[in-house]
Amino acid sequence: MLPTQKTISPPSEDKRWKIVDGMMRRHGHEPYALIEVLHTVQETFGFLTDDALRYVATSLRVPYSRVYGVATFYHFFTMKPPGEHTCVVCTGTACYIKGAPVLLNAVQEAAGIKQGETTPDGKLSLLTARCLGSCGLAPAVVFDGQVAGKITTETIKKRVRTYLESETLAEGAHK
Amino acid sequence: MNQDDLTSIAAQTKQSENRYDHVIKVCVAAGCLSANSEQVKTQLESELKQRGLETCCKVKGVGCMGLCAAGPLVSADANELMFQGVTPADASAVIDSVVDKKPAPAAIVMDSQLDFFTGQKKIVLENSGEIDPERVEDYIAADGYEALFHCITKLKPLGVIEQVTKSGLRGRGGAGFPTGLKWTTVAKAQGARKYVICNADEGDPGAFMDRSVLESDPHRVLEGMAIAAYAVGASKGFIYCRAEYPLAVKRLRIAIRQAENNGLLGMNIGDTHFDFKIEVRLGAGAFVCGEETALIASIEGGRGTPRPRPPFPAQEGLWKSPTLINNVETFANIPPIIRRGGDWFASIGTDKSKGTKVFALAGRVNNTGLIEVPMGITLREIIFKLGGGIPEGRRFKAVQSGGPSGGCVPEQYLDIPVDYDSLASVGSIMGSGGMIVMDETSCMVDVAKFFMDFCMSESCGKCVPCRVGTTQMHNILERITQGEAGPQDLDLLTRLTSMVKAASLCGLGQTAPNPTLTTLRYFMDEYRAHIEEGRCPAGICHPAKVEAEVGA
Repeated sequence: MLPTQKTISPPSEDKRWKIVDGMMRRHGHEPYALIEVLHTVQETFGFLTDDALRYVATSLRVPYSRVYGVATFYHFFTMKPPGEHTCVVCTGTACYIKGAPVLLNAVQEAAGIKQGETTPDGKLSLLTARCLGSCGLAPAVVFDGQVAGKITTETIKKRVRTYLESETLAEGAHK
Repeated sequence: MNQDDLTSIAAQTKQSENRYDHVIKVCVAAGCLSANSEQVKTQLESELKQRGLETCCKVKGVGCMGLCAAGPLVSADANELMFQGVTPADASAVIDSVVDKKPAPAAIVMDSQLDFFTGQKKIVLENSGEIDPERVEDYIAADGYEALFHCITKLKPLGVIEQVTKSGLRGRGGAGFPTGLKWTTVAKAQGARKYVICNADEGDPGAFMDRSVLESDPHRVLEGMAIAAYAVGASKGFIYCRAEYPLAVKRLRIAIRQAENNGLLGMNIGDTHFDFKIEVRLGAGAFVCGEETALIASIEGGRGTPRPRPPFPAQEGLWKSPTLINNVETFANIPPIIRRGGDWFASIGTDKSKGTKVFALAGRVNNTGLIEVPMGITLREIIFKLGGGIPEGRRFKAVQSGGPSGGCVPEQYLDIPVDYDSLASVGSIMGSGGMIVMDETSCMVDVAKFFMDFCMSESCGKCVPCRVGTTQMHNILERITQGEAGPQDLDLLTRLTSMVKAASLCGLGQTAPNPTLTTLRYFMDEYRAHIEEGRCPAGICHPAKVEAEVGA
C-alpha cells in the first residue's frame, strides 16, 4: 500500500527540510520532479544523504532504487560532504590545453589530495569540472563558488595554502 | 499586451535612452564578471554621481562583447570607444575619455576596428553587448517580440514553417538537421499535447556559445521558442539548462517572469488564443543528456539514458507526446528570420549551410572569445585573422571542432570553408561551435586520450559497444602515451574505432572515436614516435621505454 502524504515526515527536525518540502509541493509531489528536488536538497544541505534520498523517494512515490540510480548517475550530485573550502579545477578542453593537469598536480603537492578528495581536516575539497564555459579565460578555477581565470600554479598554490591555514569555523566539527 | 503596447514600450525605452549624451556599456556576462566587471560598473556609477554627470551619462550592464580574453570590457558611444582590462581604479579615466574626450591610458584602450570585431557578422549575437539582458524593455526596443506578434496575428502556423524552411536553417546543435523539416514533422504529428524543448545542455568541453546567448539575450531564445510553439501547435515548453551555468539560469528565470508579467508568455499572448508557458529544468552534469532522447528521459526525472530511434521525439517524445527539440542557437536565429524573411537568411552563407555560426574560439590563440561568422568563412580566416594567430610565435598544429564528437583538423585543411559538409569531409563535424586551437606544445595522442577519457566517463553504460569500447580504446591510448604499446595496438585501435562507430546506440558512442580517428589519420607520425621511438614530440607524455619491463 502506498503511504499517504500525511504519514511522511522529514528525517530530522532540521528546519531546512521545509525548503525541500516546498519544492516538492510546487511540483505537486509528481515523480518527474525528482531531479529538481535533489537539486534543492543538495543546495540546502551541501550534499545528499541516504536519509534524504529515502525521504524524497517516499514523498514522490518513486522507488528508492531509482532515486539512488539518479543520484549516482549525474556527476553534479554528491553524496560526500564537501570540505569547508572548495577548489574546482576546470578540465574542459581549453583549460586542459592550457595546463589544467599542471594545476591539479600543484594542488596535490600543496594539499596532498587528489581530485574528488577532501583533506583529512575537512578544510579543502579538490574537485574537477567538465567545462565551466569560461574557455576564454583558460585555465579557470572556481574558488569557493567564484570563478577565476588565467590561473597559474603560483596563484592556485597560494590560495590553497590560505585555505589550509585558515581558522576552522567550528573546532572539532569534523572529528 | 498587443502590438500597440509593444510599439509604445519600444518608443519609450529608446526615448529614455536618447536623453543621455553617452551610454557606457559594461559587460556583465560570466567571463567579465569573474574579472570583477560588477565592481567596475558600480565604480563608474558612483564616479558619475560624484561629478554630477548622471543626467548626461548612463551606465548599463550588457551581455557578452565577445573578446573574453581582454575582459572586463567596457564600450561607449555606439562602440566607437572600447576599453579592455578595466579595473575599478580606471573608472575616472574611462569617464574622462567618454565625456571629455580625453585620451585614456593606452593599456585600457582597445581598438574597435580590430579584425576580431570587423570580421564578424552578427545575427544571433546582434543584441549581445548592446542590451541589458535583465530588462525586457531593452529587448523590445531592439525589435524584440515583434516577430512573435507578427506570427500570431498575421501568419498561419504553416506560413511560419514556410519561412523557416525557406531560410535553409539547419540545427545548430551540431548534426545540422534541417530545422524547417523538423518543425513540419512535429506540426503534422498527431497528439493532444505537444511540447517544445530548448536544448541548453551545452556539455561539450570548450564550448560556451549557448551560455553566452542565454546570459546576454535570453528573451531572444524565449521568443524563438514561442514562435516554434505556435508553428507546431504546442502550449508548453521546457529549457533544459546545465546546472553549471548559474548565471544563465538566473537570467532565464528573470526573463521568463518578465515575459509572463507583460503578457508575452502565458495565456492569450498578444490578445490572441495562443497560450505558451516555459519552465526551466536543470541538468545535473551528464554529457549524454545533450542527446535528445536522453534529455527527454532527464526532464521526466529519470537517469539520462538514450533509447533507440525511431520513434523520433517528433512523433513520440516527452511523455510520449510529439516534441520539438532545438538547440539554443537555432531558436535564437528564428526571430530575425521571421522579421526579415527566409530569403534574406538564405542569402547568407554557402549553398548547403545558410546563415551564420557562433564559435567559441579558445585554446592557443591570441583572441579567445566568442565570434559569429558567416558560413563558408575559412578556418584560416577564423584563426589567423579574427583570432589573431598563435601566441608567442609558436606553430599552429591543429584545430579541434565539435568537442568529443569532432575531430582535429590539421594545417593542410585550413583553407576549407567552414560549413557542415566540408568539415565532415575531413573527418570532423561542425558541432555546436567549440573551436580549440592547438600549437606544437600539444601532443595529439594525449589530446585523443583526453577526449576518450571524457567519452569513457560520460558513457551512460546502456549499450555495450560504447561502454566497453571507449574504455578499451582509452586503455590503448594510455598504453601508447606511457610507452607500453606495440605496433599491433594501432591496428587494434583502428578496428575498435570502426566497431564503436557502427554499433553504438546513440550519438555519443557513434562519434566518440572521431578525435582518435582524425589524429590517427593526420598525426600518425606522433603515434609512431611514441610507440617506436619511445618519444613524445611535444614533450607532454613520458613514453620512455624501460626495456626490462616490456613484455613483463
